[in-house]
Amino acid sequence: MTDPMVKETVKGHKRIERNVTLMAVATLITVAIGGLVQITPLFYLDNTIEKVDGMRPYTPLEQAGRDIYIREGCYTCHSQMIRPFRDEVERYGAYSLAAESMFDHPFQWGSKRTGPDLARVGGRYSDSWHVQHLNDPQSVVPQSIMPKYRFLSETDLHIADASAMLNALSTVGVPYTAEDIAQAENDLYGQADPDVDLVDFETRYPKAQVRDYDGDPSRVTEMDALVAYLQMLGTLIDVNSAAAQQELAEETGR
Amino acid sequence: MESVVGRSGLWFVLIILALAAYVGAQDPGFAAHALIIGIIAFGLMIATLARYDPMAKAQSIFRMPEGPSRYYDDVIRWGVIATVFWGMAGLLAGLVIALQLVFPELNFEPWLNFGRLRPLHTSAVIFAFGGNALLATSFYVVQRTCRTTLAFPGLARFVFWGYQLFIVLAATGYLLGVTQSKEYAEPEWYVDLWLTIVWVAYFAVFVGTIVRRKEPHIYVANWFYLAFIITIAMLHIVNNLSMPVSFLGSRSYSAFAGVQDALTQWWYGHNAVGFFLTAGFLAMMYYFVPKQAERPVYSYRLSIIHFWSLIFLYIWAGPHHLHYTALPDWAQTLGMVFSIMLWMPSWGGMINGLMTLNGAWDKVRTDPIIRMMVLSLAFYGMSTFEGPMMSIKAVNSLSHYTDWTIGHVHSGALGWNGMITFACIYFLVPRLWKRERMYSLRMINWHFWLATLGIVFYAASMWVAGITQGLMWREYDANGYLVNSFIDTVTALKPMYMMRAFGGLLYLAGAAVLTFNVWMTIAGRLRDEAPLYQATYDAEADRPLVPQPAE
Repeated sequence: MTDPMVKETVKGHKRIERNVTLMAVATLITVAIGGLVQITPLFYLDNTIEKVDGMRPYTPLEQAGRDIYIREGCYTCHSQMIRPFRDEVERYGAYSLAAESMFDHPFQWGSKRTGPDLARVGGRYSDSWHVQHLNDPQSVVPQSIMPKYRFLSETDLHIADASAMLNALSTVGVPYTAEDIAQAENDLYGQADPDVDLVDFETRYPKAQVRDYDGDPSRVTEMDALVAYLQMLGTLIDVNSAAAQQELAEETGR
Repeated sequence: MESVVGRSGLWFVLIILALAAYVGAQDPGFAAHALIIGIIAFGLMIATLARYDPMAKAQSIFRMPEGPSRYYDDVIRWGVIATVFWGMAGLLAGLVIALQLVFPELNFEPWLNFGRLRPLHTSAVIFAFGGNALLATSFYVVQRTCRTTLAFPGLARFVFWGYQLFIVLAATGYLLGVTQSKEYAEPEWYVDLWLTIVWVAYFAVFVGTIVRRKEPHIYVANWFYLAFIITIAMLHIVNNLSMPVSFLGSRSYSAFAGVQDALTQWWYGHNAVGFFLTAGFLAMMYYFVPKQAERPVYSYRLSIIHFWSLIFLYIWAGPHHLHYTALPDWAQTLGMVFSIMLWMPSWGGMINGLMTLNGAWDKVRTDPIIRMMVLSLAFYGMSTFEGPMMSIKAVNSLSHYTDWTIGHVHSGALGWNGMITFACIYFLVPRLWKRERMYSLRMINWHFWLATLGIVFYAASMWVAGITQGLMWREYDANGYLVNSFIDTVTALKPMYMMRAFGGLLYLAGAAVLTFNVWMTIAGRLRDEAPLYQATYDAEADRPLVPQPAE
């Protein structure tokens, strides 16, 4: 305990203890380092910013559905991140790539699986299964503990300004084109209403699914938007393609 | 008079602004929030115009001692009341969502579905209950350890009431569906901006008071409070960077996407635990444990070492929330290594707290407040061991996404944060309201045992639930097929979820005993009860033996 180095350190610390500015600055520097070292590289490293074939921004309807998913707190029980384990890959599909959430503002990886993972739920069930399940989960899965979401079918989809929605997303880096933004309102309702004429929709949003989702073609409801979102999850990248396999192989250590 | 006109004018302008925001609102959530702000401003205008002082009125309701005390304690009294109130609200919300997981019929769509209530519970207990405890105790401790009154008392009142407005906007927002979905940072952009203003004011009051100090040294509790205030500001601002869709709408989109957003969020999320629930609460420990034990802090050198190593290491631990995700492997490993290293400074804090009781260990038997403090430090030690263990990738592959994490969080939150806060409330209430002691010490004892039993039920059931589910997910049969469907693993957890809700009920019952005890103490009552510990004394037997003459 009489080590001179310890004594010197304690003496040095007395200076910090007597000066609140010094203490505050030293604290800020100490707590800033970890985040800087860990987070900053993620904006530059290849495997965190690389684009994989097939990824595209969400259509306005899918994005609206995604916003409903967030609003209802679905992320509190459902993850969207398949880990590279045999059981998860067999249960949910190929494990998730970084590129698959590149347009997710914010991300929806989740932290708890009270219900199953949804990263690749798109196309696994029919639209009518989703509608019935969301209206009354226990009617489809009797032991389910999921809440009912009947009000989604009864609520018209209302987005104050679809162009503004895409505009905000493009400000934070989602590559929507000027035409995407101009057509946003038409795309939003047209994707769930086959009677609406869409302009270049499928070229602008490859693999986008156009149909009435909720079984009520007379109107576009929040249920349409949410099911449209669920039905596209994990469907954009062909995980068995050579490019995607290459990508998977390069993500070492998972 | 001029100030009354000026103030009511200010409220009037605020009402007009709120009305304009209400009319132009892009979505019902934003409209509701504009309405709430308008109603509050209207109430304050009426109050100002009537030259009616709501504080004085409320003070008579809560029977606050009149006249200036030596320290500026008014805002602290309000803080203690708010802590008790939000504690009950948050624990009740927790019990409700625990029951919803057993009985899904208890979900009432759309406002009271699990997905909207769960953030209400987490924010209410962390930010409303814990946050008010931190505000109140930091204002109390900084004045005492600096031997000076609060700098800017008016600003301190603004911090307190501004923080309550933040809580109300956040809580109503979740029920209305206004959320940005980042865990523990769910409030939307305008609420975040408001909290930033409040937080800067908090920093000004706290540092201003330290600058005015009459003591040459800054006491160790204040290092922790300072680190908590600075780091939370940094985390809050960076993690909430976002682009609003409209300046009259609630929705915004996070500035970051995917993997960058995920790590920023868990850098925030883990350090909300590290600095809000650990550094801030260690500050409480460093003042109130020595005070209640009437012993000095065990080691000054240990406090230096563990303070700097704790705040340096904590920041790195975030990636352990993202093991085996699309986050690069090096970041995951870095997060794991630092999480394990974090074990040591965490236990440094626990040791410094527990060893402070050197020479006063008998008080664990006789003083229920000390007993609560010791239990909270024991739980702090337990959960800061469990955390590093769960951050090991192999363990995490089993525990992640399961209820084990929930159990871990609650052994820290109920055991460490809850118990130390209750102990501080029991310490503060008689002193702030100038009472001889709490209304009943035996009720503190009841609270202690109800809470302890509640935690045992909670943690044990969640360990079993988490490990059960983790193992069931990865169970294969002899032919190489998965044995369990997902719903099988949900059904298996039902009894554990029931036990968890029972544990939560016990903990809530303990808090209800606290509320009653605090209420009666503030009301000025003393329960007539036998002391908790008294050695027997027989005056008759207290004499020398003398030979008795034979009959």
